[in-house]
Amino acid sequence: MNRDPLLIRWLLIALAIGFLLLFLALPLAAVLTEALRKGVLAYWHSLGGDDTLASIRLTLIVAAIAVPLNMVFGLTASWAIAKFDFAGKAWLVSLIDLPFSVSPVISGLIYVLLFGAQGILGPWLIAHDLKIIFAIPGIVLATLFVTFPFVARELIPLMEEQGRDEEEAALTLGAGGFRTFWAVTLPNVKWGLLYGVLLCNARAMGEFGAVSVVSGHIRGLTNTMPLHVEILYNEYDFVGAFAVASLLALLALVTLVAKTALAWWHRAELGATAGH
Amino acid sequence: MIEVSHLSKTFGAFRALNDVSLRIPDGKLVALLGPSGSGKTTLLRILAGLDHADSGHVHLNGLNAANLQTRDRRVGFVFQHYALFRHMSVAENVAFGLKVRKGANKLTKAEIADRVARLLDLVHLSGLAPRYPSQLSGGQRQRVALARALAVEPRLLLLDEPFGALDAQVRKDLRRWLRQLHDDMGLTSVFVTHDQEEALELADEVVVMSKGRIEQIGSPADIYDNPASPFVFQFLGNANRLDATIRDGIAHVAHWRTAATGLADGKGIAFIRPHEIDIDPHGRDATIRHHVVLGPTVRLDLRLDGDVHAEAVIDRDSHARLRLEPGQQVGLTARRIVVFAQD
Amino acid sequence: MAASKPKVIPGFSVTLGVTLAYLSLVVLIPLAALIAKAAGMSATQWLATLGDSRVLASFRLSFGGAAIAASVNGVFGLLVAWVLVRYRFPGRKIIDALIDLPFALPTAVAGIALTALYAPNGWIGHLLPFKVAFTPLGAIIAMIFIGLPFVVRTIEPVLQDVDRELEEAATSLGASRSQTFVRVILPAIAPALLTGISLAFARAVGEYGSIIFIAGNLPGFSEIAPLLIVTKLEQYDYVGATAIACLMLAASFALLLAINLLQKWNRQRRGAAS
Repeated sequence: MNRDPLLIRWLLIALAIGFLLLFLALPLAAVLTEALRKGVLAYWHSLGGDDTLASIRLTLIVAAIAVPLNMVFGLTASWAIAKFDFAGKAWLVSLIDLPFSVSPVISGLIYVLLFGAQGILGPWLIAHDLKIIFAIPGIVLATLFVTFPFVARELIPLMEEQGRDEEEAALTLGAGGFRTFWAVTLPNVKWGLLYGVLLCNARAMGEFGAVSVVSGHIRGLTNTMPLHVEILYNEYDFVGAFAVASLLALLALVTLVAKTALAWWHRAELGATAGH
Repeated sequence: MIEVSHLSKTFGAFRALNDVSLRIPDGKLVALLGPSGSGKTTLLRILAGLDHADSGHVHLNGLNAANLQTRDRRVGFVFQHYALFRHMSVAENVAFGLKVRKGANKLTKAEIADRVARLLDLVHLSGLAPRYPSQLSGGQRQRVALARALAVEPRLLLLDEPFGALDAQVRKDLRRWLRQLHDDMGLTSVFVTHDQEEALELADEVVVMSKGRIEQIGSPADIYDNPASPFVFQFLGNANRLDATIRDGIAHVAHWRTAATGLADGKGIAFIRPHEIDIDPHGRDATIRHHVVLGPTVRLDLRLDGDVHAEAVIDRDSHARLRLEPGQQVGLTARRIVVFAQD
Repeated sequence: MAASKPKVIPGFSVTLGVTLAYLSLVVLIPLAALIAKAAGMSATQWLATLGDSRVLASFRLSFGGAAIAASVNGVFGLLVAWVLVRYRFPGRKIIDALIDLPFALPTAVAGIALTALYAPNGWIGHLLPFKVAFTPLGAIIAMIFIGLPFVVRTIEPVLQDVDRELEEAATSLGASRSQTFVRVILPAIAPALLTGISLAFARAVGEYGSIIFIAGNLPGFSEIAPLLIVTKLEQYDYVGATAIACLMLAASFALLLAINLLQKWNRQRRGAAS
């Protein structure tokens, strides 16, 4: 399909693969090697620690709250944006993407400034004995912020591409709003929704910067898996750090495989943005 | 009976409908005919409740439609691109309107299956019930869309460019079949089209629209024979458009004179259909510049006095009999000339 | 915002209302807290933070390092995209899927993995005659890692669209291979390439997790601006943290605007081509 000379072609391919091996494959291999450096037994042992198990539990809880919330938001926002015309729509779409361009550290900082002891609502929260920062609610909020756009930005272009004809047809056939959504719209975007949820979940479980700022790093209480990796690493428990890291790497690989599989089998139903 | 009175609708700066009034009696098959941007689809969507007018009223069987939501209007709508539910099979598409029914009108599963089977039989798609829309041809999709719309037993069937996306042969078959269906089921139907031939062939009544206004309403023969405006005349088929001068109730068009009663003196526009010109090989009104054979007919490109161009269409036999050749001078008789005042 | 006309498809006010409320609660109001805090700060407070040599050095590393990393990604991202789009070779699809690894891999994991590779006794580090980890170079390595997919994924679709006939036309008119690339292909993908580089730059400027492990975080030498925000917070210096965050946020918004304009240009190019 192309007429670039064979030599140039293979040179370029070799260069590209070399670069990718160096920057993508090698780090992945390093995680596994370091995790298993002292053998499978040490690996299993370090994963069984109480603090490690607590961090896994917390990560699952946070994702279980943040992902469904952002999923519902993504569906609501894309329905409003794709099925209706209104002034300021372009602005709204830009605002939804905003968290992607904010440094994770700043994403955590803003919640500290709002809910922290010295924050705007701090005195009120203390007076009512409510704790958000250095507690699970803060971690959930920071995670909500950084994963906010994932589902919406997947669904908005997809729903816009699909138009409004099918919804209008359902209405002329006597269906109400909810029925139209469940029976017509949702099945049409289910793969795009799954795609967005996958990416949202990977980020929710893996977020480090934003969560680090609001967590307070209390072992066994406010440590998520990525934060626990840092603590173990800083305590020179490399096998422990890399063991937890290997679980997160596994999550990343599963996400990549699922996402690639989705893109292969349902490319047409994912819309123009899929693959990003 | 549908009554539309003084409807207006703008999209931003664009006037889609401009004070449109119309009555559609029960049982008629009506065509909304016009070029794109003439407002015909907007009018159809307002009838279905898919758009709201800025002002004016729609009454469906005496009820003010403003109080009826789309889902309560009992209107069957066939979309231009069919809008079939892509993740549902043919049978599920057709059943949708029956499944969403509530309360006393709710049907049992068996009743729905029975009804779907009968509808698919009606549109000759019985074998394709388990297929998905992406597995169907354009004509088949069209018929599924129709069956789906008919499933809810509409009082009014609305079709947006129903044959627009189909190729010529399928279009012809479907037209005939739709006419039959309309008559058999006793429906009131309105369809939108930009194809004058389709409107004239299919409809009981044609509504010609342009730039958001109704230009003329009438039976196909009526609007063809007595076009109300230059627009209607030109839109309903090929026409020679010639300058006319009107003096004392007589229009002078090239070498012709024709009555122009009721028109003021001054400039006018005259239209002559190419097939309403007779050729006399012995006259000298015009010169033949080219001839083009178009199947059973021949089109002659003619130059009249004063470097005026016109076209005439005659059948192949006459053309052969008269032995017409390019460069030859011929006499021209117009069987019908329609004159309008300059607008 | 809402139009006066009743909508035919139901649910407009509810969905738009929920969207705006949730957006405000999660994103806008917290961001406003930062702005409010910044607005209440005096000029001396700003200067005390932003004039500090440690802060200035951190900005130099965050922005300068991000610029270098984005440029490296520009070159190698273009190369990778080119190879993936134009050539067929075994394993191409696996490699294509792997490109998104930096999107999917938690930054902390990337951070300790890169450190393990580039530490003086690491797999790569012990091969090199100079130090990478615990120097600014380490920070740049991490920035390259997290920025790569942005460039590749932005160029790929555009490169796919580049009309083969356009190239053949250029060749038939006597252009050499390199002339065709420089004069025909590069201009066609330039907007996408610049967009990708800007996205990679924006991400690298704000990156935290993968850098702090490998950079060594020596104040004034290998310390990045986001880390300084965290440090200031830990010292309860909210003013300092806010000042640095505001400046970075302003930079992100400026970048966002630039990226939007670039994407508009990109769309025009693609629209005009097809």
